[in-house]
Order: sequence, then structure tokens, then C-alpha cells
Amino acid sequence: MRFEEEALELSEQVYRVARRLVGSREEAEDLVQQTYERAFRSWRQYTPGTNLRAWLLRILTNLNIDRGRRQQRTPQTTSIDEAGDYFLYNRLEESAPDGNTDTDRVLERLSQDSIVDALTDVPHDFRDVIVLVDIGEFSYADAAQILDIPIGTVMSRLHRGRRILKKNLADKAVAA
Amino acid sequence: MIDWCEKCEEMMQPFLDGTLSVEEVAEAEKHLDGCSWCAKRYRFEERLRHYVRIAVSEPMSPALKEKLAALRTPLN
Repeated sequence: MRFEEEALELSEQVYRVARRLVGSREEAEDLVQQTYERAFRSWRQYTPGTNLRAWLLRILTNLNIDRGRRQQRTPQTTSIDEAGDYFLYNRLEESAPDGNTDTDRVLERLSQDSIVDALTDVPHDFRDVIVLVDIGEFSYADAAQILDIPIGTVMSRLHRGRRILKKNLADKAVAA
Repeated sequence: MIDWCEKCEEMMQPFLDGTLSVEEVAEAEKHLDGCSWCAKRYRFEERLRHYVRIAVSEPMSPALKEKLAALRTPLN
């Protein structure tokens, strides 16, 4: 199969990742288009037989960095480490109106929109790893390769990023 | 004395990521079988990941698909 056809077949998956890396549908579409422009221009740099999806997403995440993502404010994260992994569950449980702690009922209080907003509010470095590992279902090793960071950094950013996401979700769910 | 619930919390993310050893998985499962406090939280975390994964799972627009296809170099 031609390289271009093979790359196009992966476009839905590439879009899926882009949609969660940037705030809006329009930005995601621009980012995907730029990714394919660059990929088709530099196809000679791709080694046939290696992971094409990871190669495309590496272009995408680099372009996203170029879009000035570093300008984003550094979040106030002092309380994140103290919050613990069960922070969101505990907050939802505490605020359940009828004391209902059934998992699905608790989760129903989080709308799709609030999940997307909470993810968008996670700082880029952390959001990148969450999107790749939790949504794109990449291994730690693939995510490390795509983002060009050590595997240990993937793990620590994932750990912290998930906590930030849960804290954002708790703020939204409890405020709702 | 080991605080098993605390250990269980530490193991939860790697457990869900599938990066624990076989022995560690067995250890975590043994605790989860007998502890409803931890089991409820594990189930919540598992469902939460699913919710995050499916959030805005909108398909790509046909217009974008066409734009991408048009970027191909013409066949000679």
C-alpha cells in the first residue's frame, strides 16, 4: 500500500487524539491537516515497517508544541499530591445528595462536557501523556517515543496528570 | 504491620495500566476480594477511565477527510 493511503487510514485515530489535545474542534482539524501536510512532505523520514501511528502522532505533538503551548500558565499543583488517588471518588461520595455511593450513579453526575473541560484544563505536558496512554491506548514506551521523553517521565506525568484531572473533575462535579 | 488499603491505593494505577507483576496482581486481587472499601474505589477508577476515553468520541468531519485526501501527491 502507498504510504499516503496507509497514513490516511489512520486519520480517524489521529483526529481522536488531536481532539483531546486542543480545546476546540476547529483547532483539532487544523492540527490534523498540518500533521498530514508535514507527513506527506517528509515521508522519506519514515522507516517502513515501524509504527506509523506513533510516527504521525509524534509530528502532531511536535506541531502542537510549536503552536505556543508552552505559554500556558503553570498550574497551582501544591494540593494535588496530598489529594491522593481516591480524591474524586471521596469528594463525590461526600456530596452525594442521597448518600448513594453506587459507582455508576456517582459517575453519572459527570457530564461528557465536564470531562472534556476538565481534560482541557490539565496543563499540556500532563495532558499529552493522558491522551496518549489513557485515550490513545499507547504503551508507556510508545508514548515516551512519541513525546521524546524518558519512560520514567511518562510515568510520573501520568501519575500527576491523572490526579490533576480528577481534581478538576471534582471541582466541576461538586460545583454543578 | 502492612496497611493493605494504603498498599492497594498505591497499586491501583499500575494495576489498571496492566504493569504489575503476576504476584502483585494476585496480591491486589486477594485484598480486593475481601475489602469492599477498596473494591468500590477500584471499580470507580476503572469506570472513570472508560468515561474519559469515550468523552467526545465524535467522528472526524467528512470535509476534513476530503481535505486530507486532497493532500496526497498525484499518481503519475
